[in-house]
Amino acid sequence: MSGGEFRLPSGGRIDRSRPLRFSFGGRQYQGYEGDTLASALLANGVRLTARSFKYHRPRGIMGAGYEEPSSFVELAGEDESGNQAITTVRLRDGLRASPVNCWPSPGLDLMAANQLFARMLPAAFYYKTFMWPDWHLFEPHIRRAAGLAAAPQAERRNTRYETRHWHCDVLVAGAGPAGLMAALVAARSGARVLLADEGLEAGGSLLGRKVTVDGRPALDWVAAATAELDGMDNVTRLRDATVWAYREGNLLLVTERSPDAPHVFQRTWRVRAGRVVIATGAIERAMVFADNDRPGMMLASAVQTYVNRYAVRPGRRAVIFTNNTGAYAAAADMLAAGIDIAAIVDSRLQVEDDARALVPGVEILAGHVVQRSHGGRRVTGVTVQPKAGGTPRRLRCDLVCMSGGWSPTVHLFSQSRGRLRYEESVAAFVPAEPAQPAACAGAAEGRFELAAALTDGAEKGRLAAAAMGFRAQAAAVPQTKDAPRYAIEPLWHVEQHKPTAKSFVDVQNDVTLNDIHLAMREGFGAVEHVKRYTTAGMGIDQGKTGNINIIGAIAGKEGVPLEEVGTTTFRSPYVPIEFGALAGARRESVVLPYRHTPMTAWHIEAGAVMYEAGARWRRPGYYPRAGESFQETVNREARTVRTGAAVYDGSPLGKFEIKGRDALRLIEMLYTNAFSSLKTGMGRYGLMLSDDGLVLDDGVTFKLGDGHYLMSTSTGNADEVNRHMTQFCQVERPEWDVHITPVTAAWSNATVCGPRAREVMEALGTDIDLSPDAFPFMAIREGTVAGMQARLCRVSFTGELSFEINVRSRDAAALWRRVLEVGAPFGLIPIGSEANHVLRVEKGFLSLGHEVDATVDPYDLGIGWAMSKKKPDYIGKRAVEIRRKRGGPRRELVGLLIDEPERLVTEGAPITPGGRKEASEGFVSACVWSVVHNRSVALALLKDGRARMGQKAHIRMKDEVVTALITRPCFHDPDGNFLRS
Amino acid sequence: MLHIPCPFCGPRDESEFAHGGPARQQRPDDLSPLDDAAWVDHLTVPPNPVGPVREKWWHVRGCGQWVTIERDTLTHDILEETGE
Ligand SMILES: [Zn+2]
Repeated sequence: MSGGEFRLPSGGRIDRSRPLRFSFGGRQYQGYEGDTLASALLANGVRLTARSFKYHRPRGIMGAGYEEPSSFVELAGEDESGNQAITTVRLRDGLRASPVNCWPSPGLDLMAANQLFARMLPAAFYYKTFMWPDWHLFEPHIRRAAGLAAAPQAERRNTRYETRHWHCDVLVAGAGPAGLMAALVAARSGARVLLADEGLEAGGSLLGRKVTVDGRPALDWVAAATAELDGMDNVTRLRDATVWAYREGNLLLVTERSPDAPHVFQRTWRVRAGRVVIATGAIERAMVFADNDRPGMMLASAVQTYVNRYAVRPGRRAVIFTNNTGAYAAAADMLAAGIDIAAIVDSRLQVEDDARALVPGVEILAGHVVQRSHGGRRVTGVTVQPKAGGTPRRLRCDLVCMSGGWSPTVHLFSQSRGRLRYEESVAAFVPAEPAQPAACAGAAEGRFELAAALTDGAEKGRLAAAAMGFRAQAAAVPQTKDAPRYAIEPLWHVEQHKPTAKSFVDVQNDVTLNDIHLAMREGFGAVEHVKRYTTAGMGIDQGKTGNINIIGAIAGKEGVPLEEVGTTTFRSPYVPIEFGALAGARRESVVLPYRHTPMTAWHIEAGAVMYEAGARWRRPGYYPRAGESFQETVNREARTVRTGAAVYDGSPLGKFEIKGRDALRLIEMLYTNAFSSLKTGMGRYGLMLSDDGLVLDDGVTFKLGDGHYLMSTSTGNADEVNRHMTQFCQVERPEWDVHITPVTAAWSNATVCGPRAREVMEALGTDIDLSPDAFPFMAIREGTVAGMQARLCRVSFTGELSFEINVRSRDAAALWRRVLEVGAPFGLIPIGSEANHVLRVEKGFLSLGHEVDATVDPYDLGIGWAMSKKKPDYIGKRAVEIRRKRGGPRRELVGLLIDEPERLVTEGAPITPGGRKEASEGFVSACVWSVVHNRSVALALLKDGRARMGQKAHIRMKDEVVTALITRPCFHDPDGNFLRS
Repeated sequence: MLHIPCPFCGPRDESEFAHGGPARQQRPDDLSPLDDAAWVDHLTVPPNPVGPVREKWWHVRGCGQWVTIERDTLTHDILEETGE
């Protein structure tokens, strides 16, 4: 078996010694190394490769690169992925591809029945048809019938994506003739150059053409240029790498699809460039006429590329339909490859002699247009007609080559917010004014002739290097001869021979000329509106071959110049980019790393069920014993704290040292209550508000000395409080002498709690006097505990006697083990955050994210007493006053005792008036099994809750209403005798 | 992604910073001369122009300093580095 019956006997940049087997739609074929899936299929005579998105019309391959609007495939196996343009899939041995949009195959497409209903699917048919009763009823069926590829199911073997940050003087996008020249000139001046090209091979358009440079084949010059660049230390050249985004600050994103590192699947470069030379070439445009979408209708340049680069004849007998001179060189190459040319249909009245000279003996129908095509699953002929009207004539062919002229690939330039203008002489939008330090070069600048592109590239390379302070020599530009000169007379579409004809302006989205006109009749005149209403120019190809025809159609209908219609916004990515390539290594815990305490390893080893709790801390939730249920474990842990001794890892608690002459001044601003009377060695509960008068955080702050404080914050709120404090210090009061140091990670703690905590502390051994008189509740002492330097605090988050032993983090693991050891005789056990939650709910202590949810103020929480009347100002004071002045009902913190004492309700459950289906009047913020009362207890925020004590609240659960008695929000030791003991 | 000039660290990627909103008048030491409406406005109506705006960024993943820049909200151009 050869590489296919349509393979030319010689030539092309394929390696005939390396045949590759592959399958497409379940059938086996053979191609060669160097083929794309498209070229290999064309070589095997496969023409029908797709079904269209909306109508399921038969489609073939139209392009030769990323402009492909028609055929998309899914890959199976190790490179499983969806929606790849068939022209960009590199052939490899064992490749398994299948077309999207058809089931079971493009030949036998059961969904093609859609075509019968084509009249029911006008522009915006989704919007119009599926408004009632609910889009979701239709969506699954529509997706199956008209969707694109399914998302890959299995994870790929190699999913190593990588990101590289890069800086260079000059980034050159595209290694075609202009880009190579620009890179050479800039690099020779000493500038640091990054050259990225989407192809595996450099050369750009030269790869698909037969031209000479300096009297030798152009690709010899390309080889010499790349060899010179590769030999320079200041040049980095990326292959198979597309520059797909141009962001602010001259940041460009480049994704390398086959990086030179076998363990990396794809690599994305985030490049800050001094200057950018955009040498991205140009894209040929399709022609718009009736049935311009059958298999066998291709871009002229694509056919030229298949012939020259892949040694493939995409057909036997071609009709060429053009409005410009560019198609004549393509025709000449096709002739040389043995393709018959039935005629060149040129919509221009005058055809230049040098163009005619390229195709001796070929019939040229000047001033003619292709009115429509014929055929079914592939094109069999066309009807041509003089443009001005006249007798139609039918031509037989199996290939139609379209050339609607060329559009500079201005995507990157436009993404950078550069302004475009319409240039009559080339009938295209070209760069006008850059918004960032960038310049287009060569065809991307509208210079379509090779000599002009080389000269322009050299000049743009020189200017870019000069702007970065390098002196570039004027380079000798290689000699070429382009014949004929590029000339074009635009033809945005052929007048339709009947009103129901389907002339596609966007092949991928099945948008026709009639759809555009319909959208305009319905009042969508602006190009951005037409795009959204009809979906023209959207999708995988983003309308690379058709957008200008849409603009031309609008301009023609409105009778205004194209400039006035303008283009739609060019957005990144220029080509489809995988999510993995965007993320790079930033997945899961790499994005937000977990925080661990020095005891984390111990907790895991002890069999704790680990939770993520607040600010990405990994904390023990509970320590189950064999045969224990969740509730049994939590009850055991909580009961031990109320009756004996326990220890928990309190290290994640936020801690800040505040120092300076104005430290007290800052604390007085941050907290609602007064701190001026606080004595050294003592701490005080503090309540912190945001400037809009809502509770931000609460915690205990100790005075370590004059101008020296230690503040603790909620675990989950430490970062936010840090921001709040530094912003106030640096932005509002930069003149204050105060410094804030986060010390959360510097100090770790084991908190010993329970009625027997003091005994455990004595057993640990400390030089601190532990008696209640010498070391009262809310005091802090420095000394040694278990031989370690420690800060010992008497705070309590459980409502029991507690000693928070803070030691240097490097000592913490040893301290923890020591506490468990000496605590064992007292029945001491470790407890997790679940038991802590139970204990704090029993006490009615507040918890961030439960009761404190950024909607409540201190009065709502019943801690209005913490709002100092004496201090003239503190953050949030005025806002609370203003809100309170306005009055009105507020949600207030209450306790709930559910009527069925055994019942636990979901935290967050809504409370509604009478349990009716009405707007909620509050919610259950916490509900736990109380070990003190042997029943459930709950906290809630409830409208006017304090005035409703003794009444019933109605909690709406999924299938029932649960009633509960409203109580005060404290279920254990309301006077705080235990924690002070 | 913006390239934000930090007066202490030099130009750095936006991802190192947290946005701190537009720069505003310093909070007065004494709020009593302000009527309620003026204070509510101060809290809830930050400047939000189309065009140049002086704004605060916190170099949280860098030096930890709050910096002020002038940025054109239309073009993302950073017009001037005002420091602090
Ligand atoms: Zn900095």
